[in-house]
Amino acid sequence: MTRRWLLILPLLAFGGLLGLLGWGLAPNRDPTVLPSVMVGRAVPDFSLPALGGEESVSPRKLAGRLYLINFFASWCVPCRAEHALLRDFAALHHIPVLGILYKDDTDKARVYLSELGNFYTAIGRDDQGRTAIDFGVTGVPETYVVDGTGTILFRQAGPLDAGSLDHQLLPLIEARR
Amino acid sequence: MTAEIGHYALYLALALSLLQMVWVREGKVSSVMALGQFGFLALAFAGLLGGFALSDFSIALVVQHSHSREPMLYKLAGAWGNHEGSLLLWVLVLAFFGCLAAFFHRREPNRLHNVALAVQGAIGAAFLLFLLFASNPFLRLNPPAGEGEELNPVLQDPSLAFHPPLLYVGYVGFSMAFSYALAALLTKDRGGAWIGAARPWILLSWIALTAGIALGAHWAYYELGWGGYWFWDPVENASLMPWLAGTALLHASRATQRRSVFHAWSLLLAIVTFGFSLLGTFLVRSGILVSVHAFAEDPTRGLIVLGIIALVVGGALGLFGWRARRLQDAERAHPLSREGGLLLNSVLMASGAAIVCLGTLYPLALQLLTGQSLSVGAPYYAITFAPLMLAAIVTAHLGEKLSWKKASAVSVAYRQWPAWLLGFAITMASLIFDPSSWLAAIGLGCCAVPLVSGGAGIAAAIRRERWRGLGMKVAHFGVAVAAIGIIASSSWKVEELATLQPGQTLEAGHYRFRLEEVVRRSGTNFIADQARIAVLDGGRIIDELRPERRHFLIQSAPVSVTDIRSGPLSDLYAALGEDDGKGGWVIRIYRQPLILWIWVGAALMAWGGIVALIETLRERRP
Repeated sequence: MTRRWLLILPLLAFGGLLGLLGWGLAPNRDPTVLPSVMVGRAVPDFSLPALGGEESVSPRKLAGRLYLINFFASWCVPCRAEHALLRDFAALHHIPVLGILYKDDTDKARVYLSELGNFYTAIGRDDQGRTAIDFGVTGVPETYVVDGTGTILFRQAGPLDAGSLDHQLLPLIEARR
Repeated sequence: MTAEIGHYALYLALALSLLQMVWVREGKVSSVMALGQFGFLALAFAGLLGGFALSDFSIALVVQHSHSREPMLYKLAGAWGNHEGSLLLWVLVLAFFGCLAAFFHRREPNRLHNVALAVQGAIGAAFLLFLLFASNPFLRLNPPAGEGEELNPVLQDPSLAFHPPLLYVGYVGFSMAFSYALAALLTKDRGGAWIGAARPWILLSWIALTAGIALGAHWAYYELGWGGYWFWDPVENASLMPWLAGTALLHASRATQRRSVFHAWSLLLAIVTFGFSLLGTFLVRSGILVSVHAFAEDPTRGLIVLGIIALVVGGALGLFGWRARRLQDAERAHPLSREGGLLLNSVLMASGAAIVCLGTLYPLALQLLTGQSLSVGAPYYAITFAPLMLAAIVTAHLGEKLSWKKASAVSVAYRQWPAWLLGFAITMASLIFDPSSWLAAIGLGCCAVPLVSGGAGIAAAIRRERWRGLGMKVAHFGVAVAAIGIIASSSWKVEELATLQPGQTLEAGHYRFRLEEVVRRSGTNFIADQARIAVLDGGRIIDELRPERRHFLIQSAPVSVTDIRSGPLSDLYAALGEDDGKGGWVIRIYRQPLILWIWVGAALMAWGGIVALIETLRERRP
């Protein structure tokens, strides 16, 4: 009897796999979009040591302005891909970007920034990933839009691309200005 | 005109594959069907190649993936560098193998072969239907376009032109093992005759998949300019899963063949391996996971492939659950014996496949259950997958020394002790050199044992002209060589990056690199900035590296062409980045220890596989 069960087990496991893949194909699911409980809430407060500076980095210094928070790391390949896009976007629309360096080596981060350019208003070092936990970051890169009242308007998990910048971030930003 | 002939040939092939599926009574008839199916598919593929070679811009697919000014190799490679064309190639390889099987077994017609050919026909028919009605490569464009879009520049590389066909030979070759396994279940074959018929196919697929994966990794290493060769991308994993399951099948089926044990396990592995091959096909074509490789991000096509998988694999597993109870092992295997070692190894490999599958699909499952998302990367595989593979390398080596039925542990241990002592010494030396990389140190020690002792075993076998089992020994030796390369290059890579003006230098390892100049040159369909970088050891120039940054004329995305000086101990690797607008250039230098060993190891594995395949074919006709 036990042997019979054992032999049917692969079929059951396969059924589960099929269900999962079938659900993954659902037409309304975009694998790059993530719901977030943080949207509409106040930005978590933090105070992080700055990369290359004595001062600490905190969202309080940007209070009253609309800005972006971008979690990144030098070991993260998609971060590289979004870097130039985000740089141009921030420069074009004059939006400050608070960088949070996620679990990274300081020297490697410096090399990364010297290669690709540093457009961040300030960069805080989140060596332990504590701040990332407060935000509910699931992986780097992740980007948050914070408005003048300190409320999170939008969260992008994964790299930004031209489409998400122009069609999702930009309308939000224009509406608040 | 070629398109119409090709399109028509596809219909004819479909008709023959349907006939092949239902005609199981007469072996000769299904052999003719298999031959005809292959002939028509070859004609269709030739039609598509012709369209690409002549830059026929009235075919939509050619317009999307080819440009008249591309070199001929990439015009042709464009035919399989897309969803429709690669699917046609997939079915072509399937039909080729069906035809080959029919030819090999023409003298021994029996029910098992006929049913296996029918299963092949069914798989072929399913994919031909999909090809004809949801991904027709011969769609015409009216009016025709004047010029085409280019094949993605990153793919314009010789090794990438051959990477997909090799992978397909591997993926699709496992369909033969699957068909024989299914035929065994359908015909209630109890003797394990299917294993003998499936063995050459398993070996052939394994060789092709090994070579294909290595070629893809090597391409990523020198083409992408990121200094790495494996990124645990879902589609890379999609090729690794069938390889791991296929390796498990390779080992389990050997025990089944020789000692008539683990019948059910071998059968299950044959089904699962082909299932993983189909899953790979599905992942690339569905857009279900975010990946750099995916083409055809089309949920409808994904749904059709999923339907085919559900039918083929679900049906097979159902049949397995229903009929596998009848399979009886001749006797119980002793844990300390060759067959015991083969079982352990196949379980380790299958677990490896399960771990990679879990890592690949876990983000999807988590999103389904909690709505959250995350990515699974190298750290997960380093703590789960790497130790498992180390264990497999060590057991593979020990298992090789065990005799069938029952072995003596003492004699194996006694013959091995100098190699183990050496392994221990290497681990200690590595720990003194770099105490933080303890896992790498243990790994090196473990791999040193099969390297030294396995190498000595091969030398002795050649000297005494004992050819039996040589392929296996060479492949295991190759695994150890590749593993050492993987461990060393991932643990002790030196990476330096700087913006240099001509004349300035950068230090990496104990070398200095001086940017001499950057010149512009032009190729067939690109212009390139080429840097000359002198490598200095002390004050002496010992070499020159010339990395490029190519700007393709049609798709303007720049492509980096690295320059690599390979050596047995380390590779010097230079990539050219963007200029800073002030005469400076971003230069990236890597020193990659022992990375050449990975490619040599993979070549040894494939070569060992070929030797074993020849041995298997000889065994079959005494």
